[in-house]
Amino acid sequence: MIVQVCIGSSCHLKGSREIVELMKAAIEEHSLQDEITLAGSFCIGKCNRVGVTVQVDDDVYTGITKESFNEFFNDKILSVIQRG
Amino acid sequence: MRKFDTKIQYLKYKVLREVARQAWDDKLLEHVFEIPKIIVPGKEPTMRCCVYKERAILEERVRIAMGGDKTNPNVIEVIDIACDECPMGGYEVSDACRGCLAHRCEDVCKKGAIVFDHQQKAHIDKTKCVECGMCAKVCPYSAIINHKRPCEQACKVKAISMSETKAASIDNSKCNSCGACVYQCPFGAISDKSFILNVIDLIKKSEGNKNFKMYAVVAPSISSQFTYAKLGQVISGIKALGFFTVVEAALGADMVAYAESKELAEKGFLTSSCCPAFVDYIHKHFPQMAEHISHNLSPAATISKYIKETDKDAKIVFIGPCTAKKMEFQKEEVKPYIDSVITFEELQALFDSKDIDITALDEDVLDNASYFGRIFARSGGLADAVRQGLKEHGIEDFEYKPVSCDGIEECRIALLKASKGVLPGNFIEGMACVGGCIGGAGCLTHGEKNKAEVDKYGREAYEKTISDAIKFLNHD
Repeated sequence: MIVQVCIGSSCHLKGSREIVELMKAAIEEHSLQDEITLAGSFCIGKCNRVGVTVQVDDDVYTGITKESFNEFFNDKILSVIQRG
Repeated sequence: MRKFDTKIQYLKYKVLREVARQAWDDKLLEHVFEIPKIIVPGKEPTMRCCVYKERAILEERVRIAMGGDKTNPNVIEVIDIACDECPMGGYEVSDACRGCLAHRCEDVCKKGAIVFDHQQKAHIDKTKCVECGMCAKVCPYSAIINHKRPCEQACKVKAISMSETKAASIDNSKCNSCGACVYQCPFGAISDKSFILNVIDLIKKSEGNKNFKMYAVVAPSISSQFTYAKLGQVISGIKALGFFTVVEAALGADMVAYAESKELAEKGFLTSSCCPAFVDYIHKHFPQMAEHISHNLSPAATISKYIKETDKDAKIVFIGPCTAKKMEFQKEEVKPYIDSVITFEELQALFDSKDIDITALDEDVLDNASYFGRIFARSGGLADAVRQGLKEHGIEDFEYKPVSCDGIEECRIALLKASKGVLPGNFIEGMACVGGCIGGAGCLTHGEKNKAEVDKYGREAYEKTISDAIKFLNHD
């Protein structure tokens, strides 16, 4: 699975650094280093008013904040991997 | 609000804008010969002796706007017919000579080149004069003046001389493409070749960023440019031209500062590699010092490499103040990362070729880098950033002694001393343009406040340290 966190200007100002750090920590916590390739992107083309844009394989999710991160990670990443 | 410093820049801009307009419409080939007439309509000359000469010169400007002479590898090119063959008599005695009795000029001249007429007024015998300038220094009336051509005066690397036809001629083996002569020639007879057609072509072929994505990497000196609008509006303008997104070259500067500070501590002595005109100057004038050039790519190339690693569909255009960047992106080691280079002057022409009024646009954002990456745009900024880099690496046992060279003349002196082992420093920050990048030949304006603008922009950065700006870039 390829997870791309947007680090372009718009997302950067809305906290992409924190999201990257949360993502790294979550990947480690669940030992998903071999499953997930974490990458950056300078724009996914979905600049949003709130939060950060993250692309998981071909699906784009906008508005991820540090508050909504856990829910997002569990729903869109962890459960998808666990389902295989 | 004034967009340019000089009327020469304005003229060059009009040519670029017109060439771009025709290119967007796919009508350049059809209309290329009409552009001079569009710019100088009517029968009355506005600049030169007659409209025909004006148009002949404009044809040359159009040619340069379209990429110039492909057989000349240098991006800086002389338009011989535009060169006014300025007097280049060197030292001459002016009317201010009062025919005094002291004759200090005569006494100080070792070559016996000063002669006097029947009114005791001094004259210089050019067959004997060696242009040492001593006579001018001692004259109490400052009556002796150095008539040096503005281009030669601007060219501190001594690459300009006079051709057989008396027009300026550039020695490519000495020229570092800094563009000082381009900005200084009062007749606009030296110009930098443009790659706007390549950029327009790339934008068209991307078909709205469908086929590949157009990234603009902008130099931090942009903070001192386009002062008639907000920076966020400039970013919106770049996107309105057809770019997918805009990234700060200053983030590349953060990456360079971090890597370069470590490299410096390991090697003990370095010269910076950020300024392409400085790097080229070392290769051409101090080849024995080339081994000390930092192995880092420039900030623009570093961030472009990173972008291409994150997005294989990226095409990258660097937008900055620099004519030497137009040489750098053609180098083997940079070619894979940067696809084209334009200057701020050319960006303005592109905006207007599409009638994009940036002052009417919403403000977009540009924020990737830290304060330290952003201050690379002015002299002294790189040295400050490397100091910060050493600190953030926790390197404490290295005594950092930077020498910031503001302009190529200071670079020459520092390199000369370093090559003889007498430089009181271990890091040479070389900036070919006086003031740093904000003094670049491709800037729209060169103002007193530009340095303050860069520092202000630096302080506005969301990230305050180099590590904060870059540490999350490495996902390994």
